[in-house]
Amino acid sequence: MTAVPIRRRAPMSRMARREARHGFLFVLPWIIGFLAFTAIPMVATFVFTFLNITLSESEPLRFVGLENYQRLFGDRQAWASLWVTARFALLWLPVVVALPFLLAVAVNSRYVRGGGLLRVLLFMPYVVPFVAGALIWQNMLVDDGWIDSALRRIGVAHPPSWLNDPTWVIPGLVLIGLWGLGSGIIINLAGLRGIPTHLYDAARLDGAGWWRRLRHVTIPMMSPVLFYTMILAVVDVMQYFLVPLVLFDGSGDPGGATRFFNLYLYQTFFTFQEMSYGSTLAWLLFVITLVVTLLLFRLSRHWVHYTSER
Amino acid sequence: MTPHIARRVRVALMTIVMFGVVVAFLAPLAQMTLTSLKSERQISQARSPLLPSDPRGYTYQGQRYDVYLVPVDGTVRELALVKKGRTESGFVDPAEPEKGVITWRGSWRGLQPSWTLAPRWSNYSDVWNLIDFPRLLFNTVAIALIGTLGTVLSCTLVAYGFARFRFPGRGPLFTLLIATIFLPVTVTLIPTYTVFAKIGWVGTWLPLLVPTFFANAYNVFLLRQYFMTIPREMDEAAAIDGAGPLRTLRSVIVPQAWPAIAAVILFNFVYTWNDYFTPLVYLSGQPDLQPLQVGLAAFNGLYTHNPAYIQAGTMMTIAVPVLLFVCFQRTFVRGIMSTGVDK
Repeated sequence: MTAVPIRRRAPMSRMARREARHGFLFVLPWIIGFLAFTAIPMVATFVFTFLNITLSESEPLRFVGLENYQRLFGDRQAWASLWVTARFALLWLPVVVALPFLLAVAVNSRYVRGGGLLRVLLFMPYVVPFVAGALIWQNMLVDDGWIDSALRRIGVAHPPSWLNDPTWVIPGLVLIGLWGLGSGIIINLAGLRGIPTHLYDAARLDGAGWWRRLRHVTIPMMSPVLFYTMILAVVDVMQYFLVPLVLFDGSGDPGGATRFFNLYLYQTFFTFQEMSYGSTLAWLLFVITLVVTLLLFRLSRHWVHYTSER
Repeated sequence: MTPHIARRVRVALMTIVMFGVVVAFLAPLAQMTLTSLKSERQISQARSPLLPSDPRGYTYQGQRYDVYLVPVDGTVRELALVKKGRTESGFVDPAEPEKGVITWRGSWRGLQPSWTLAPRWSNYSDVWNLIDFPRLLFNTVAIALIGTLGTVLSCTLVAYGFARFRFPGRGPLFTLLIATIFLPVTVTLIPTYTVFAKIGWVGTWLPLLVPTFFANAYNVFLLRQYFMTIPREMDEAAAIDGAGPLRTLRSVIVPQAWPAIAAVILFNFVYTWNDYFTPLVYLSGQPDLQPLQVGLAAFNGLYTHNPAYIQAGTMMTIAVPVLLFVCFQRTFVRGIMSTGVDK
């Protein structure tokens, strides 16, 4: 992507020095921002975990060693909330990776007319603010909302009480999340358009049917896009909590089923202003995300194919 | 069936299925619109009609009464309920009021009102006042405009630096920039919040606005990709005319890259408009400074008993982003395509 040929460190000419100085000046705003809002806070988060910072400063600041980590290991609520996040992730990740891909394949199919209009309509909810989206779906998922009414009409006598049932609230949140898939659909469509048609022609000549063309041409060619959406989805899902925060006001209702890890973290630092313990939770979240991401990178060698054309 | 017809059938079927999927996908918008125009009473009534309606009324001896569908001797008659009772109630037939009160045995609570179409537009004006919409709108627009200005200015400069100048460490710095896309915000949030709290910025717009002037990965990436497609000869011609780097940026790059800059403006405006978490964290307890999304979420907590109000408020907050999308959908789609794929 940035294939700058590596040049030997010859002494720079005056022109080159001037160019470097200009370039550096132009990117300086980002470097300052990166240091101020990313790098230093990241290190600070780590440092905080060994201190006893609360916003109210009820105790004098001191080094507490591993106390915060000890507290974390004994904190049942933290691990229970991590489990809530994990359960949601297990249901959400396959949806967020596969569904935009499948919808893009369908919109792109030569048997479907009006692909341009479909693309626009599927992407549209992406611009709906998620607070609004959550409230719109709340109206859809209540007991006499359209979903349950439709289910009753097709013969389901007792449709799920999506927002009041600890079991059904997780699939309910997945449904609410569907409106965020628009950009994934567009990215997948762009990827599909980039697959050279001669690959499909060759597959057809070999007598490959629809399924085998999907399995042996489309999916391998799309694997970088699928991988990219997967990594972003992992980072996002680990931090998930805003939709239930809006719908249940941070109560964790129904029955603690929406007490997500990040909700617990948010309440620790924001409601209780325990900056150090909150940082310990944040650090745990970061390490888990990093480990999962690295694992996916490791596994990606087996299934992600980068074409050498670029 | 000939192959030709088989193909047509397949096209028709697949197209119908896909449009069916889209209709289901967008159905919540329709339910929102209909709910926003209903009365509180209709929403709480089981088996009420799909469209916003009110019970038909009938004025009898100077009093207004609701008209119900009453089964009488095997036929359903529309009668006005004038005297409510537990086991029997009094009705008047609007067609022949001179006949006086008819006594009907049974519980009137089991009866359906006779509904007529009556969209309640006043829900919107009610909500407008209840949530102080003008103030929320002003805050949202102001934050979005200033934030977008900061983003466009800083990202253009940084993207120009990455696209056009060679300097030591450019490659690693750019990789670092892209890597921040994958960094969970949670890991930087607490110290940032603590510092903003210490310097007295919490409870002001500064934490929302100042960082926008320091560029962000998505938009720098989008702009840089576009800048790279502009032929270098154009810069060089400007340089020969004696233009410095800033003037080249202003007179050559920016006019050429207008489609990409427009995409950044749109994305960032909508992003800021829709943002909830940042203003929630930094402006809680300051209702006068909050933007629409924070106000809407708080409104939802206060008016759970009236879904029509919630949906009307929701409609009012999505109108601007949806209109922008309808007008500029090509720019949106192209913007997503260029950031998402070329990696």
